[in-house]
Amino acid sequence: MSFRATSREVGDVTVIDMEGRITLGEGSALLRDLVRERLGTGHRKIIMNLAAISYIDSTGLGELVSGYRLVKSEGGEIKLLNLTKKVTDLLQITKLYTVFDIHSQEQEAVASFQS
Amino acid sequence: METLIESIALAEEMGMRVAAAAGFGEDDQYKIGLAVHEGVMNAFQYGNKQRRERKIHLTFELHEDKLVIHVIDQGTGFRIEDIPDPRDDENVLGDSGRGVLLMKAFMDEVDVLSSEAGGAKLVMAKRHKP
Repeated sequence: MSFRATSREVGDVTVIDMEGRITLGEGSALLRDLVRERLGTGHRKIIMNLAAISYIDSTGLGELVSGYRLVKSEGGEIKLLNLTKKVTDLLQITKLYTVFDIHSQEQEAVASFQS
Repeated sequence: METLIESIALAEEMGMRVAAAAGFGEDDQYKIGLAVHEGVMNAFQYGNKQRRERKIHLTFELHEDKLVIHVIDQGTGFRIEDIPDPRDDENVLGDSGRGVLLMKAFMDEVDVLSSEAGGAKLVMAKRHKP
């Protein structure tokens, strides 16, 4: 399945629900555009819901990191929600698990922006 | 294979099918598929620099004890030891090195040699579990 993403607002937090694959040519460019579009409209608190992401390659991981850097540079943060086992394994192998704030409950992830 | 972005997913699919035919379980099929995906993506981007007229040669060798995969590009080659470790503190937010790291994590052997034409010859192997 190719990549699809939709965003919604929960208070002042943007939740991006994603599904499919984040790879070179399938999702990475769309993801980049979406993060920039959200930033451009003043949204700096972003949660990426990866529950329905079936596959990420190194380009997709790089895109998550690139988005994290960009949002951080604007004074915001990207947090990750609902990682599958495959995605968890990839983040652990690459040590990105130590970079991102990762949650398994959306309410908890939203609330963590306030603390 | 042609140097096309579509070749990456095609190679991944081939890798998974060959792995299945060779008797690897689902988890290993995914790992082999991802390693092939990363290897061919590397050839597409860095080796052949997305030049369609250049070719990517992908071969699978079925041995009794392991599956050996070669990905050969028509670039100028690289040394695997020159790739920065993306897990190092100074690199963890960087842009490179994760593809090679994932190949090393998911395969039992990974090396990069020079092809006869001077490009990179990526050699990966996955052993059957006893």
